[in-house]
Amino acid sequence: MMDIQVTKVGIVSCSGEERPEGTVCRMACRKVLDQLRPNETVTICLPLFIAGGEEERAFASKYPTITVDGCDKRCAAKATEALSGKPSRSLLVPEILEKHGLAVPTARRDYGPAEEPAVRAVADEIAQAVDQTLEEA
Amino acid sequence: MDKTSRKVVVLPCSGIGKAYGTLARETAYELAERVRPEKTTLTCLPLLVINDPDAQKLVTENPVITIDGCPRDCARKSLEAAGGTAAQACQAIKFYTAHKDLKPEGLAQLNEAGRKLAQVAAEDLAATVDRLAADG
Repeated sequence: MMDIQVTKVGIVSCSGEERPEGTVCRMACRKVLDQLRPNETVTICLPLFIAGGEEERAFASKYPTITVDGCDKRCAAKATEALSGKPSRSLLVPEILEKHGLAVPTARRDYGPAEEPAVRAVADEIAQAVDQTLEEA
Repeated sequence: MDKTSRKVVVLPCSGIGKAYGTLARETAYELAERVRPEKTTLTCLPLLVINDPDAQKLVTENPVITIDGCPRDCARKSLEAAGGTAAQACQAIKFYTAHKDLKPEGLAQLNEAGRKLAQVAAEDLAATVDRLAADG
């Protein structure tokens, strides 16, 4: 990694099916992947660290990785570090929302304008982390 | 958890890269929030990846329906790695092959056809939930 130019950052999202913060996580990560930094980011499904093979487990050694978690159990950060490699950065949705003075959405699905500020705030933080990670690589 | 409080755990694929992963999750929400809220519960699949003891207890002491979004079968395999066995293992693409008029599209959120398909799929699974919840 030191000898080649790093052009992509890996995003590993908590999927958090059980919690609204997990949905914020997924929506924000997709916004970064699709809209904010589509050429600079790739992703992997977190459970592929277990269900996949060596190629998937090598994800964090191929890309500097940013994990995004919805709660303080930090599944994405812990699983990435244990099964693939130490993340470059680890973000936590509740911390980001608190920093921006935003409440955690109450719904787990059907997101619209009411949830957009929360999703946007998290997505902007991820995009900023992507830029910083690429600058440091 | 005794028999009277027994719930069916719905464990969907956690993928954010394919429409069928989103369909799997939406179907799980339909079951847990609308079709059978009193008989089902959700847990986060990544909790099994980090060996969370509460999640492991939940999936080993209750019947589990896995809904996977691609042939990698992460939900089913993660359940098995945690010591559980799927009482019913579903592939989301089969919901579509059974209802080809409803083509799911969308990654962050499904299109209208996909949401309708999730509703139909959850209703199709309701009888399975009822059976599993009633079994001792």
